[in-house]
Amino acid sequence: MSRARFGRVVLLAATASLVLGACAARTEDGGGDDQGSQPQASAPAQAANAADPAGDGNAQCDAGTKLAYAGTINGANAALGQNILNGVKVAIERHNSNNPNCQVELQEFETEGTPDRAPGIVTQIVNTQDIIGVVGLPFSGESKAAGNIFDDAGLVQLTPSATNPALSENGWKTFFRGLGNDNTQGPAAAQFITEELGAQTVCVVRDDSEYGIGLANSITEGLGDKASCQEEVKTKQTDFSAVVNSIKGENPDAIFFSGYYQEAAPFAQQLFDAGVEAQFVGPDGVKDDEFVKGAGDAAEGVYFTCPCVPADQFTEFNEGYEKQSGGKAPGTYSPEGYDLATILLKGIDSGVKDRAGMLEFVKNYEGQGLTKSFKWNEKGELAESTVWTYKVENGQIVRNTEIKPQG
Amino acid sequence: MSIHHHLSSLYLAQSDSLISFDVEGLVDQFWSNTVDGLAQGSIYALVALGYTLVYGVLKLINFAHSEVFIYGAYATWFTFYALGFRPGPTAELAIFELVGFLLLALLAAVLVSGATAVVLERVAYRPLRNRGAPRLVFLITAIGASFVLQQLIFIWRGGNPEQAIRLLRPEPVFEIFGASVTNITIVIVLASILLWLVADTFVNRTRFGRGIRAVAQDPDTATLMGVNKERVIMMTFLIGGLLAGAAALFYMMKIPQGAAYQGGFLLGIKAFTAAVLGGIGNLRGALLGGLLLGLMENYGQSLFGGEWRDVVAFVLLVLILMFRPTGILGESLGKARV
Repeated sequence: MSRARFGRVVLLAATASLVLGACAARTEDGGGDDQGSQPQASAPAQAANAADPAGDGNAQCDAGTKLAYAGTINGANAALGQNILNGVKVAIERHNSNNPNCQVELQEFETEGTPDRAPGIVTQIVNTQDIIGVVGLPFSGESKAAGNIFDDAGLVQLTPSATNPALSENGWKTFFRGLGNDNTQGPAAAQFITEELGAQTVCVVRDDSEYGIGLANSITEGLGDKASCQEEVKTKQTDFSAVVNSIKGENPDAIFFSGYYQEAAPFAQQLFDAGVEAQFVGPDGVKDDEFVKGAGDAAEGVYFTCPCVPADQFTEFNEGYEKQSGGKAPGTYSPEGYDLATILLKGIDSGVKDRAGMLEFVKNYEGQGLTKSFKWNEKGELAESTVWTYKVENGQIVRNTEIKPQG
Repeated sequence: MSIHHHLSSLYLAQSDSLISFDVEGLVDQFWSNTVDGLAQGSIYALVALGYTLVYGVLKLINFAHSEVFIYGAYATWFTFYALGFRPGPTAELAIFELVGFLLLALLAAVLVSGATAVVLERVAYRPLRNRGAPRLVFLITAIGASFVLQQLIFIWRGGNPEQAIRLLRPEPVFEIFGASVTNITIVIVLASILLWLVADTFVNRTRFGRGIRAVAQDPDTATLMGVNKERVIMMTFLIGGLLAGAAALFYMMKIPQGAAYQGGFLLGIKAFTAAVLGGIGNLRGALLGGLLLGLMENYGQSLFGGEWRDVVAFVLLVLILMFRPTGILGESLGKARV
C-alpha cells in the first residue's frame, strides 16, 4: 500500500466514522443496517461540450443510410434492452429532425438476449449492406457468441452495456465498449460493500451467464477474505429454497447477486421471506424498475452498483426520452445508448459512407458525451469510466453515490 | 466460520474444483430443504398428474401441458389485478377476504387451464386422431402447440414476467427440527395431496373413472362396450387442466414473479420427469415422483452446489429408469386393478 493510498484510506475511515456517528445520533437503534446512509451525491450536470446529435443542421448523407440496434427488445430481461433502444431513438430523432438533408434510418433487431439466437440475427445484420454501424449487443453472453461475425464483416459494434472483461480480449477490431467493464465494477462494488456498507462477510451469488460469472469472479477477488460464501443459481430458476437455506446458514452481512433482474427479483423476495437480513446488493443487470416491482416487499433498501451515470440532470435528453418511450423516465444505460448512437451519427455527418470509414472514425473518435468522455484504446476499452451506486427508496431507484476508486 | 466450513467439506480438487461435496451443508440444511422441497414437489406432482392422465389414455406426451399450466398462472395474476391489487408490497388482508380472493383466483386458474387443455385437445389432437395419424405426428404437434401457446402470451404480454402481486406473505407457523414451516408451504402441500386424493378417487372409484381406465386399457374394446371414447379423452384433458390450474395458483403464491411466457417450460419438463420417475400413466406414481423430485433437487443442490440443480433431477431419472424402466411404481392406469 502506497503512502498516498494509506492516507486516503485513513481519511475515508475517518469520514465514514463521522457519518456513522451522525447516523447513530439520528436514529434510536443505530444498528448495522443504517451504515449506508452516506449523503446522496449530486448527479453530474450535462457537460457543455457534450456531443449533440443535432449538429449544425447542414449534414448531408445518402438516403437509405442505416444504423442498427441489436439486442433484447422483448426477450429475456427485455427492460434492459428497451432502455437502450429508446436512448438510441432519442439521438436518431434529434439528428433527423435537425438535419433535413440527412435522414438516418434505424433498424431494430431482436436477439432475445440469448447467445444461441444472437449469431443468426447478427449474420442477418452484416448481410444488410446499408447498415454501417450498430449499437449493441447489450449482454455479454450474446456478445461473446456473435462478436466475431461483426469482426469478419468489419462492421462497428458499440456495446452500451456488455461488461464482461474478456470480450475485449478476443482481438475483434470492431468491438467498442461504451462503459467500464466488470474489472472496474467488481472491485468498486467490493469497496462499496465493505467500506460504505461496512460488511465483514459477503455472500456472492452468481447466475450461469457469461456476465454473472465474470462479474462474480471480479468482485470475489476484490472482496478477498471477506467473500465468505459463493452460491450459484440458474437462468430462469424461480425456486431458490436450497440456496436461501444455505445462505441463511452462512448468515453473511451482505449478499451480492451477480446476474440479471429476472432471477434477482424472486431470489431477493425469497431471501426476505426466509428472514435473511443481509443487505442485498445487485449490479447493473439487476438495476431496473422490473426488479423493484418484481421483488415486492424485498426491494426497499436494496443497493445497486452500475458503471452508468445518473441521468437526473440531462434535462433535454430526459424530455426527448419521455416523448420516445411514452412517458417513461430513462432507465439504466439509456444515456449510454444515446451517446453511442450520437457517435455513429457524427460519423455519418462527417461524410462517412461505408463500414470501413465508420470503423476508422470510431477508432479515432475523441469527444465528450452525456455520460463521459469517449476515447477508445486499441482493444476497444475506454480510458475513463465511472461506477455509481443506486438505492431503492420508496419504491423508486434513486442515485446514491459515485464510487471513487482508491489507489 | 468459512474456514471451518471449507475444512469440513470434501473437495475433489483444489479451489477451482468443478464439483465439490458440501456434506456439512446437506446435513445442516437437511430439514429446511426437506420442507421447501416438499412444497415445490407438490406443485410438480399436480402438474405431473396431467401428463400422466393423458399419457395413460392416449399414450401421448402432451408437451403443451406446461403452457396449460402457465395460462393458469396468468389467470391468477389477472384475477389479482382485476381485484384491484397492484405490484408492490404485500397487501394486508383480513383472513376471510384473503381466503375469498384466493378461492376466486383458484376458480379463474382452473377454469382457464381446464379450458386451454380442452381447446388444445379439440384443435391440435382431435383432427389428427380422426385421420389416424401416427404417434410421432402427435408428438411433433404437441411440441408445436407448446410453442404456439407460449408465443401467444409473448405477443400479448411481451418477454418480461408480470410484476409480482402477492396477497399472502409467508409466515412461519411451526418448526420441525429447526426448519420453519410457513403458512404457504402448509397450504400448498395439504391442498396438493387433497387434490391428488380427489383425482385418484375419481379415476379409481367412479363410473367415469372406470371409463378412463377402460379406454386406457383397450380403446377399441371400450368403445364396443359403449364407452364414449371422445368424451373420455376430453374429460381426461379437462381433469389434467384443472389440476394444472390449481398448481398454477399454488405456484404463484410461492413465486409471485412466476407469470412469464416461458415460465412453464422448465417446470413442465420437471413435472414430466416426475411423472416418468413415478411411473407414467400412474396417478400414485405422479405424486410420489413429484415429491421425490422436489426433495432430491434441493438435497442435490445443497450437496453439489446450485449449478447442479437440474443435473441432479435428470441423473436421478436416468438412474431409476436403468433399474426400473417403467418408473418406481410402474405404468398402471391401463392395468385392471381395484
